[in-house]
This record gives sequence, structure tokens and C-alpha cells, in this order.
Amino acid sequence: MSGIPHDHYEPKSRGEKWLHSRLPIVGLIYDTIMLPTPKNLNWMWIWGIVLVFCLVLQIVTGVILVMHYTPNVDLAFASIEHIMRNVNGGYFIRYLHMNGASLFFIAVYLHIFRGLYYGSYKAPREVTWIIGMLIYLLMMATGFLGYVLPWGQMSFWGATVITGLFGAIPFIGDPLQTLLLGGPSVDNATLNRFFSLHYLLPFLILGLVIVHVWAFHTTGNNNPAGVEVRRGSKAEAEKDTVPFWPYFVIKDFFALAVVLVVFFAVVGFMPNYLGHPDNYIEANPLVTPAAIVPEWYYLPFYAILRAFTSDVWVVMLTNFLTGGIVDAKFFGVLAMFGSMVAIALAPWLDTSSVRSGKYRPMFKWWFWLLAIDFFVLMWAGAMPAEPPYSIISLIGASYWFAYFFVILPLLGVIERPSKQPATIEEDFNAHYGKSE
Amino acid sequence: MFKKLTLSAIAAVGLMAGATNAAVIQSEIEDFDFSFEGPFGTYDENQLQRGLKVYTNVCASCHGLKYVPIRTLADEGGVGLPVDQVRAYAAQFDIYDPELDDWRPGKPTDSFPESNDPNAPDLSLMAKARAGFSGPYGSGLNQLFKGMGGAEYIASILTGYTGKEKEEAGSILYQNTAFPGGWISMAPPLWGEDVDFDDGSSNALRDEAVDTAAFLMWAAEPKMMGRKETGFIAVLFLVLMSVLLYATNKRIWAPIKRQAKES
Ligand code: HEC
Repeated sequence: MSGIPHDHYEPKSRGEKWLHSRLPIVGLIYDTIMLPTPKNLNWMWIWGIVLVFCLVLQIVTGVILVMHYTPNVDLAFASIEHIMRNVNGGYFIRYLHMNGASLFFIAVYLHIFRGLYYGSYKAPREVTWIIGMLIYLLMMATGFLGYVLPWGQMSFWGATVITGLFGAIPFIGDPLQTLLLGGPSVDNATLNRFFSLHYLLPFLILGLVIVHVWAFHTTGNNNPAGVEVRRGSKAEAEKDTVPFWPYFVIKDFFALAVVLVVFFAVVGFMPNYLGHPDNYIEANPLVTPAAIVPEWYYLPFYAILRAFTSDVWVVMLTNFLTGGIVDAKFFGVLAMFGSMVAIALAPWLDTSSVRSGKYRPMFKWWFWLLAIDFFVLMWAGAMPAEPPYSIISLIGASYWFAYFFVILPLLGVIERPSKQPATIEEDFNAHYGKSE
Repeated sequence: MFKKLTLSAIAAVGLMAGATNAAVIQSEIEDFDFSFEGPFGTYDENQLQRGLKVYTNVCASCHGLKYVPIRTLADEGGVGLPVDQVRAYAAQFDIYDPELDDWRPGKPTDSFPESNDPNAPDLSLMAKARAGFSGPYGSGLNQLFKGMGGAEYIASILTGYTGKEKEEAGSILYQNTAFPGGWISMAPPLWGEDVDFDDGSSNALRDEAVDTAAFLMWAAEPKMMGRKETGFIAVLFLVLMSVLLYATNKRIWAPIKRQAKES
């Protein structure tokens, strides 16, 4: 493979040789953790380890929760209370799982925006990027399915609203929604299939994470300078890199520990802050809550979903051109998924030959505007769907699409990038040579 | 710059997420001082016992606490009743036992009875289910900094009656400044001096209300003290780990950074 040249595992003892010729697993582990890593990685490269931690945390706490949870509409809510009150340490496990989902999404958003800023998506890392987006989609699905399981009011009504989106798809919508729900409405069959899938998807995520890591171990990490590691010889490569162990393992663990200080403070002192209080009321199909608000991590896309109402001219035009097949509701669904597909397409939409945003004077502004847009949409998604919020959502959604489909392609042509360092070594020395 | 902006982004997520869950209830909630607020706050055993008394003598005639096992009244870090008192407390209830197919006196392993009045909601989780009002302007900041939550809401409901009544669709509604919409169908349950406390504490309306709210907070979150303790230990341990890892990281990177300086 065309990896960065580095030392490989050499079996020495007879036992090691015996195993290596039958299963080169030690070599695989060695190569994985001794990966040459650009030495100039900054603190934005720590979210990967946080994400791995989250996945393990969610699987471990989840497996324990399943031991005490009952997926039945009459018993689910009470079984959560059983976990909170009677199971040893159950309340802490459950709060870890609940807040673990939020940490997972904070980390993944920072990880994605890191990639967007430093151009991590660009060749040759497109496959890593696409797999990352698939992981993110599965995370969204898993989070949604999991939120239904406690069978509170928001669980029930969130499930009703979100599965309704699938019903908006022309022709196949109704049968698809019925299939998802296992019946005409959210009920016991829904809870059972959601439970099953909520247990399944994390393991698919785990599989994809392995492929994600494999992919970027093949291309090597991107880095803040955006220039590639020199690969002419091992000596040359070693000027740009240090092995992942111990340099980045320790750095990542340090960062993880700091992140976890905050995380455990939230779990210990305010575990319900990020959740919706209505979910402490058992689901009741006869009582609609005053406002149905998804979890915070869906809000930006929820805002995009709701932004395209039937009085927006693009919606009217599309409706007319498709002979009414694409109505406002379906348009919203398309826009929501489209806004995520746009991120996945970034490698082909960005025409600039410069990878890192650090050396792109115009790009920087648009990028930070996108980051602000994300928060504006998040806020608008939590507000009622009426003016002025609907107009703000529409502006926010428009910018989101404009960034990916207009600004990224154009900037590559009109922007004059500033001077990049020639090598990672130069970037690193420029940073550490002067300071202290 | 990325670092600073990232930190502010994380802070923004936190505030925003809190804000998104608020804004539902628009009513006047007073910021009572409860002993359990903040990371170091604890339940006050005597207060919870007083609250239990008000609950038992007044609220229980309509409301239930079906998720709360009676034996947990003996738990430490909670009401902390002696075991024999818990047994006596349980015995006052007539509980239907499907195994006997008959009624029998309650045992500590039973849960509190369900609501008597079908219109009166179960109160087991009320203190957590009504925590979403925190202002100002739905920002969630009061929840974050003043520790306002469902207990404040319950105490405000109990003290929020104005005395006005109206009849609507055959039932009487009572004006209440804390209740969303302003009119609640629960008749004022507390008037002051509804019970006498063994420890001689004040049984003025306000004090009874606060004690009851504290008790209901415990009912909703009985493991709060265990949770905070665990959180505290975890945070301490992780701070220590961070310091050690920081030093290790600095040490192993030192030669690499020295090289950079010399080049
Ligand atoms: C006479 C029966 C009765 C008694 C006694 C009673 N309640 Fe209620 N309570 C009700 C009813 C009925 C409702 C439903 C009110 C509504 O939704 O309009 C209610 C609602 C509530 C609510 C929920 C308000 C909301 O936000 O939905 C709380 C909290 C509450 N009661 C607390 C108490 C406490 C504490 C006591 C004891 C001090 C008590 N109640 C005594 C009948 C009663």
C-alpha cells in the first residue's frame, strides 16, 4: 500500500513468528498504533478519540440498560423508573447514556466542522469523508430511535412527527411509513422495532468506524497546514511525523480527560439540563404537548425541514414543475436530507486546490458564517414555525445550500490563496521555533 | 482563534439546548431557596419528613406516587425514616394483591398508591416534568445559575392562588399565577396550618408549600445525592488524571519541540 514509509512489526521470538505466519494480528495492531502522524496536529484533532470514547460508552451503558428495560408500551416508562430507582447505580448509567448522546453529537459536529475548515474532505480523503457522513447519519437514526424508548411524551410525539416525514414521500410514502411503524400509528409494534434497531445500529457504526480509520490510515491524516507528509523515504517522512503512540495517544487522552471533567460534571450535577422535561410524562396518544421539539442535535436540520413552506417561491415552482408530486412537505424532507448530502458532496463542490482554510483569506469568512448559520438554524429549529422564525430559518437554510453549491465552487476560482508552508516540518518549526 | 471559537461554540450549544426546552410555560415562578440546589446541595431530611406529612395528609387524598416504592422512605440521602416507621407507614394503605386476589395492608415493598382522583396527575415525576419554564426569555439561564426547577414550580403553584374562581364547562377553575393559562382545576389544597409538625416547624402556607415541593423533588429524583457524590468523585479523579496526562504530554513532546527550536 502507498502508506507513509515507517517501521513495521518484526516478529522476534519463536512464538511471535509462529503466530505471525498464521495470523499477523500483532503486526496489524502495531502498524495501527505506530501510524506516522503529522506532528503539527492541533487541538481540533482530538475529537476523534472523544468520538471513539462515546461509542464505547454508549454501547457499554446501553447493554447494561437493556438488561433492565422492557420494550412494551405499558411497561417501558415504568421500567425506566425501575432503572432510576431500584437498579444499583442504574440512575447513573442511565444519565451517562442520556448525556453520552449529547457529548457524541457535540464531538461529531466539531469533528465535521474541523474537516470543513481544514479541507480534510479533499482528495485523497473523499472516502474517509463519505464514510464519516454515513456514520453521522446512522448516529442521527440511532439517537432518534433511542429517544423513543423511554416512552415519554416527547418520545411518542417525536416519533409521530419524524416517521410522518417518510409519509411525505410521493407514492411509496404511506406504505413506507406503515412499515416503519408496524401499523397505522406509533404503537407497541413501533416501540419493538425501534428497540431492535436501536440495538443494531451502534454495531454498524462500529463497523463503519473501523473502515473510517482504515481509510485515513491509508491516506495519512490531514493536518492544519494542509500539505502532505513527504513520502520519498522513511527519513524524510520522519521529519514531518511522529508515531501515533505515544505522542498523540497521550495528547488525545489528556484532551479526553479534560472533556470528561465537563461531561461528568453535567451528568453528576445537571443531568436533565439537555433533555426535555415532557419526557418525564408517560406517552399519551390523546394529549399533544404544547410544542414538539426534537433533541438539540437535530434542530439545525429540523429548521431546514420546516423552512420551506408552501408560500416560498422555489417550493411553488417545484410544485408546479412536478405537477404537484413535490409538495411543500416533501420539499422540506428533500431539503433536510439535501442539506446533509451537501456536506457529503463537499469534496467535489470545493474547487480550490488549497486544502487548509488557514491559507484561504476569503474562504475563512464564509466558513465562519456557516458556523454561525448552524447555530442560528439550531435556535430557529426550537422556535415555533411562524414569522419571524420561519423567515430566519429560510434565510439560514438558503445560506447553507449557497455555501456548498455556490460559494465553495466559486471561491476556488476567484480566491487568491496566501502562501502555504512547503512542508509540515516548516509549519511545525515556525510554530515552536519561536515560542517560549 | 479556532480554539476560542470552539469553546464559545460549546458554550453556545449548552445554552441553546437548555433554551430550546424552555419557553413552554409562561407563568410566574418564584425562585425559592432549596437546600438541594447547586452541585453541593443536599436534601434536608427533616424537611422531607415534613413534606411527606403534608403529602400524606393532604395531597394523597387525590394524587398518587405510583413509581415510588414505600421502602425508599428509609433510604439514606432521602427522607431517612427509621425502618419500623416505614413499615407502619406502609400498613396504613389497603393494597390489592393479585396473588391473594384480595386486599391486604401495605408492605414497604409496595409502591405508593396511584391517584384517587382520575383528574389529579400522578406526582412521582412532577418535579422533573415541570422543569422547563426556566427563563429569562426561555434562555434556560435561571435553571443553570439559580438552580430553578420543578420544585420551584410546585411551591409556586401551591402559593399562587389568588382566590378568584370561575365555572367553565361544569367544573370550577381557580385562578393561579403559576399555572400556565392562569386557571387550574385543583382547588387550593393548602391554606396554612393544615398539619402540625412534630419538630415544631412553622406550618404557615409558604413553609408547608416549600416542604411539600422538596419532598416531591425527592420523589422524582430520589438518588440525587448519590448522583452528585458520584459526579463529584468522577470530576476529582478526572481533574487529577488531566494534570498527570498534561505533565506526561509536555514531557514526551519536549524533545520534539526542542528540535524545532534548534532547527
Ligand atoms: C382535591 C383533590 C386534590 C388535592 C387534595 C390536591 N390536588 Fe393537586 N391536582 C388536583 C387536580 C384535579 C389537578 C389537575 C389540575 C389541572 O390540570 O388543572 C392537580 C394538579 C396538581 C399539580 C400539577 C399542575 C400542573 O402543572 O399540571 C401539582 C404539582 C399538584 N396538583 C400538587 C399538589 C400538591 C403538592 C398537593 C398537596 C399539597 C395537591 N396537589 C393536592 C387535585 C388535587
